[in-house]
Amino acid sequence: MTTLEVKNLAASINGKQILKDVSFTMHGGEIHALMGPNGAGKSTLGYVLIGHPDYVVTHGSIKLDGVELVDKLPEERAKAGLFLAYQTPVAVQGVKLSTFLRMAYNQLHPDSKMKIQDFYDELKRNLNKVGLDETFMSRSVNEGFSGGERKRVEILQMMMLKPRFVILDEIDSGLDVDALKMVAEEIKKYFSDQVGFLIITHYQRILKNIEPGFVHILVDGKVVMEGGNDISLRIEEDGYDWIRGA
Amino acid sequence: MVVEYSREEELERLVHELKTVKTSDWEFHDKDNSVYSTGKGLNKKVVEEISEIKKEPDWMRRLRLKALEIFESKPVPTWGPDLSGIDWENTSYYNRPDERKTNNWDEVPDQIKDTFTKLGIPEMEQKYLAGSVAQYDSEGVYHNLKKVWEDKGVVFMDLDSAVQKYPDLVKDYYCRAVPASDNKFAALNGAVWSGGSFLYVPKGVQIDMPLQTYFRMNGESTGQFEHTIVVADEGSKVHYIEGCTAPRYEKNSLHSAIVEIYVKKNAKARYTSVQNWSKSVYNMPTKRSWVDENANMEWVGGSLGSKVTMLYPSSYLRGPRATASNLNISLAGPGTVKDTGAKAIHLAPYTQSKIVAKSISIEDGKAIYRGLLRVNKGATDAKSRVQCDALLINDESASLTFPHDEIYDPTATFSHEASVGRIGTEELTYLRSRGLTEDEASSMIVLGFLDDVMREIPMEFAVEMNRLIKLEMNKLGAVG
Repeated sequence: MTTLEVKNLAASINGKQILKDVSFTMHGGEIHALMGPNGAGKSTLGYVLIGHPDYVVTHGSIKLDGVELVDKLPEERAKAGLFLAYQTPVAVQGVKLSTFLRMAYNQLHPDSKMKIQDFYDELKRNLNKVGLDETFMSRSVNEGFSGGERKRVEILQMMMLKPRFVILDEIDSGLDVDALKMVAEEIKKYFSDQVGFLIITHYQRILKNIEPGFVHILVDGKVVMEGGNDISLRIEEDGYDWIRGA
Repeated sequence: MVVEYSREEELERLVHELKTVKTSDWEFHDKDNSVYSTGKGLNKKVVEEISEIKKEPDWMRRLRLKALEIFESKPVPTWGPDLSGIDWENTSYYNRPDERKTNNWDEVPDQIKDTFTKLGIPEMEQKYLAGSVAQYDSEGVYHNLKKVWEDKGVVFMDLDSAVQKYPDLVKDYYCRAVPASDNKFAALNGAVWSGGSFLYVPKGVQIDMPLQTYFRMNGESTGQFEHTIVVADEGSKVHYIEGCTAPRYEKNSLHSAIVEIYVKKNAKARYTSVQNWSKSVYNMPTKRSWVDENANMEWVGGSLGSKVTMLYPSSYLRGPRATASNLNISLAGPGTVKDTGAKAIHLAPYTQSKIVAKSISIEDGKAIYRGLLRVNKGATDAKSRVQCDALLINDESASLTFPHDEIYDPTATFSHEASVGRIGTEELTYLRSRGLTEDEASSMIVLGFLDDVMREIPMEFAVEMNRLIKLEMNKLGAVG
């Protein structure tokens, strides 16, 4: 079974220590939620997992099926199966979404290349599924997209690129209720015993649609509590103060 | 959408073909092939010798000597990039590769033929071109024009041959748009020019396939001084393409060409050039067009490599409703200064010009836009739009913009837009987190930056530019 194991992870940016001690283990077929108050380091964890070059790992390890990823480049981690749906997806001027996705797909799946027409047909179908029309194919990646459109395109990328471990960073922000339902539906459809999900959020909103089996609470760069979905429900009621106090 | 797929598929197919032609470095060089050289340095004797070797008519010999005087009287320009690295004394101004010129590819000397084959020239000719000329160092070694165009009166050959065969026609156009007195480098060309193309398209003849000249500079410390004349007579249509490469040497070489394009009433001319110089070349051409009533001139240029390039293709809009556009892509790699731009001179009413300049600077590469827009009094209702976009790839990369406007007619409307972007870690990381390598991600961003220009240019050119830029980016290794 595929396993992502994060152990005593600590990381800094510009000399500032953001993550201090993060450990968790997740397997394919599991949905985990990472919750915590603003500024706890949740998004940082996402960036550190995918190897964002601005962050320096000062301690600990990230292992995917036993292979150490800490020294690996972002593209190598993507090839290993990691995928981060950004909280604020980056616009890339002039780079066409369809061209970009096809190139990325060919990099990630060199042994199962698709014919250009088949790839685009699948892209069109998936665009429809996330509620976007076909014109998005020939638009520049995220350029001029609304917040909600960017989030849908992150999910679209997940559907097209077929990663094994998916990190969703505040995927619900910017989405209205109907759009959230639609996106949650696609996430659930993509979920299988081959795929692990780490859902980063500080509201419980998305977790109503996708019930996580495991909840980790991050406060001030440390995982301070772990458990089942009941924790997320209590946070909905009481916020984070009771954890901080604990 | 369906149309879009087919364009992409077509592009992929072309990229594949071009790759199989040869992606190896164009910076290879052959052994010195010249069978004759005038030796180092420039004086009256050298100029007379060149004229004599070419068995030129007396009028041309006199024009050369006059140009030499002008060259000697003009100082090296100092208003732009540093040109002190040009070694005037140690440059050979004329190098002839072989005795013969031929229109039969099989008769081209083997080594020269190999060079052009490596560069993919014969294959291009077969597939895309109505005719081609190949020049090696100072002389044209091959020219060919498909019979159907020859029968319609089209003339396409190296300028030396045209001076012999069509002296009167050449005389009508030679150095009219670019007189030797224009600048020091134009004067130099006037004195020692050799090779270049002469293309004449008769009235009403519309050539649907492009014609191409390929220039290859091989010798070290040599100069290449081709002079090209394109005449699109009334109501005609023509697309002329130039490709240039040179191997890399320790010592600097000089390329100082003249291109004159005459677009007569109701005619359309497009001039496309892909220049891919090695880092030891000073590239100082003067390119100018005269655009008559209701005629249209398009300049499309891609300029990679070189040590210093100074290039400002100009359009003189001489008749009412004449239009010109200028699309230029400059890539300033490490150690390169690209001082490029365009000039639009509006001399008649209802004339229009459009200039789009895109530059990319890598490491300490410096890209400068220098442009001139002039609207003369009486050129009523002239319109002009200038857009300059720069992309910087490293912190030390630089870009400067010097637009210059001289507007003497109050009815003119004109606009300038400029933008500068830097490839950031955020964009690169985002693309890399989806599996692209750093090189792929940065080429993709660079090509994305050029996308709006690429859409407007001929597909073969776009494919070739894409390929060259990818090669250039790959050669640099890690970027960012």
